[in-house]
Amino acid sequence: MVFQRKHILGLEDLTAEEIKLVLDTAESMKEVSLRDVKKVPALKGITVVNLFFEPSTRTRSSFEIAEKRLSADVLNFTPDQSSVVKGETLLDTARNLEAMGATVIVIRHAMSGAPWVLARELDSSIINAGDGSHEHPSQALLDLFTIREIKKEIGGLKVVIVGDILHSRVARSDIWGFMKLGAEVRVVGPPTMIPREIENVDVKIYYNLEEALKGADVVIMLRIQKERLGAELFPSLREYSRFYGLTRERLGLAKKDATLMHPGPINRGVELSSEVADDVHSVILDQVTNGISVRMAMLYLVASGGGNG
Amino acid sequence: MNILIKNGRIIDPSANLDKSGNVFIEDGKIKNHPSDIKKLEKDQAVKIIDAEGLIIAPGFIDLHVHLREPGFEYKETIRTGCEAAAAGGFTSVVCMPNTNPVNDNASVTEYILLKARTEGIVNVFPIGAITKGEKGETLAEIGEMWEAGCVGISDDGMPVMNSRVMRHAMEYVNAFGIPVISHAEDINLSGNGVMNEGFTSTILGLRGIPNASEEVMVARDITLAELTGAHLHIAHVSTAGAVRLIRDAKKRGVKVTGEATPHHFTLTDKAILNYDTNAKMNPPVRNQEDVDALKEGLKDGTIDIIATDHAPHSEDEKKVEFDLAPFGISGLETALPLSLRLVKERVLTINEMIKKLTINPAKVIGIDRGTLKAGVVADLVIFDPDKSVTVDREKFRSKGKNTPFHGWQLNGSVAHTIVGGKVVFSV
Repeated sequence: MVFQRKHILGLEDLTAEEIKLVLDTAESMKEVSLRDVKKVPALKGITVVNLFFEPSTRTRSSFEIAEKRLSADVLNFTPDQSSVVKGETLLDTARNLEAMGATVIVIRHAMSGAPWVLARELDSSIINAGDGSHEHPSQALLDLFTIREIKKEIGGLKVVIVGDILHSRVARSDIWGFMKLGAEVRVVGPPTMIPREIENVDVKIYYNLEEALKGADVVIMLRIQKERLGAELFPSLREYSRFYGLTRERLGLAKKDATLMHPGPINRGVELSSEVADDVHSVILDQVTNGISVRMAMLYLVASGGGNG
Repeated sequence: MNILIKNGRIIDPSANLDKSGNVFIEDGKIKNHPSDIKKLEKDQAVKIIDAEGLIIAPGFIDLHVHLREPGFEYKETIRTGCEAAAAGGFTSVVCMPNTNPVNDNASVTEYILLKARTEGIVNVFPIGAITKGEKGETLAEIGEMWEAGCVGISDDGMPVMNSRVMRHAMEYVNAFGIPVISHAEDINLSGNGVMNEGFTSTILGLRGIPNASEEVMVARDITLAELTGAHLHIAHVSTAGAVRLIRDAKKRGVKVTGEATPHHFTLTDKAILNYDTNAKMNPPVRNQEDVDALKEGLKDGTIDIIATDHAPHSEDEKKVEFDLAPFGISGLETALPLSLRLVKERVLTINEMIKKLTINPAKVIGIDRGTLKAGVVADLVIFDPDKSVTVDREKFRSKGKNTPFHGWQLNGSVAHTIVGGKVVFSV
């Protein structure tokens, strides 16, 4: 199978086969990361711009390492050092970068759909590194990759996503990814944080964490953003943690070999109790390592794929 | 020059008229519908328009237009807005006050009317603001604006959240007999919403505006209309619940009318699936059930009027992140073919459609137009209801190219638009 897409904007667009192709490619890329000389010439001569309008140390560093391992020329562009603060539009900023020779643009933006603006108007390949509350495809792909390594097979798994589904791009991408590969997905959180009509994509909605955790193979905890406190979505962090915080006791309701994931950074004592936060650490570090391989695969596939001839 | 329009199908819902015939315009007024035209045809001083196969109707009246002048001339001017109206078959447009400065006093009203007289090719009827600066706090000088020529009041785009202020506005206008046009939206419920709340907003991760945001305000304003006896006109009705509330109120005898826009009865929020900012609109385009309810409301008369909410914006303003793009659709030049779809779908007869574009809006603002009766000002449209057209925004007269209908294959094309006995547009 050849990857035909010019852009990776979200997992909603990708077929199960395309997702598997990314994961398979990531496996080969992981092998590169285990070598002494962690570098291949796949993207030699290609300029990749990391256009990050939102601060993100992890995702941006991970993309940067991935790009360098593929021998791309890398430009990191963050708005506080640029003309964006002077009122330049997203499109003008990106056009400038393209004029400097960028052929792949990795974009992170606080507003949903921002990568679509670039995909519509520019010639470059666009990789969505997280847009607003919409999608975060590289995070979901590395979640899938990590789970596939641990469980061997994603089809048939019970996956529980806990927390602020309404505002979470990780949740949306994970829902698409796990569903397309045949898992059963449950979402759980306070009703104010469950987006309207999400049941139409066949996820099961729970408001009770204990109920949702029963028999789970994978538990994905979302970060609670403290700035949501003012928006009347929940009364206090204390009450949130009481009903939706993961404790060892609650985790015991899931399967014995259940895998716990968190896209980080963790709020200790809010969505995870301190003891669970310590337990989860090993998988988090695996995820970070796998993140590089998955992003190498994404970059390689769009840069060499059918979309670019 | 006097004009003879011959051999057309004359449809004038104000007189329950639908017949083949001729219309003679003399000195800018409808003279009569002569059956013997031999003598007129020979008269060199009479301009003859052959309307064979075409419909002759009163010129359309758009109760909801943003002409953007003064203040936002880069989006639209009175000149370009009127040209777009003429191209769309509209002979009168009613312009909303959210300009800069806001039309909240007689001098702004006079400026708009002066500009319209000197540069506009169709009639312009301004709406004054309800409150000063559309801030929702203190009443604007409604009486003076009425004297200057305002035909109604509205804080369109900025709902009056304070119910006491709205109550007083409704009581106060009773002195002048003009309607209060409500942009019904609870801005707390809308929050920072940018599209309809539902499955599509969930998928796209965009903040939603629930139907309830419109419905609670429609309910409030109907309640206040009952309290005050004012004529309440609900602008751009978009939800099934709002249609129900208006239907119910009408049954009780409340003086309430409603309008629907072509985009609301044509599109659902699926139009936004690719983050198309040209379909970003407030109130947002909704669900299929809402579209169906609007059609039902148009059919049973709950919705009296088709209005465009013509809201032109510059291309640069729309080529941005969805959250940052302004709300609004350029509507004047697609209204007729989109409304004719309702006729094709048997939601409305052609006569009912024309009624909702002519005499019904004329009645809301109390103007003696929207009719072909002898003696009235000759505002007419002559159009071909069947002619196939492809919407091309580059050909819009309006500066606003922001349409979600670009490339659509539709039927219905304006042949001539006549304002005050003068041909202002011919295809």
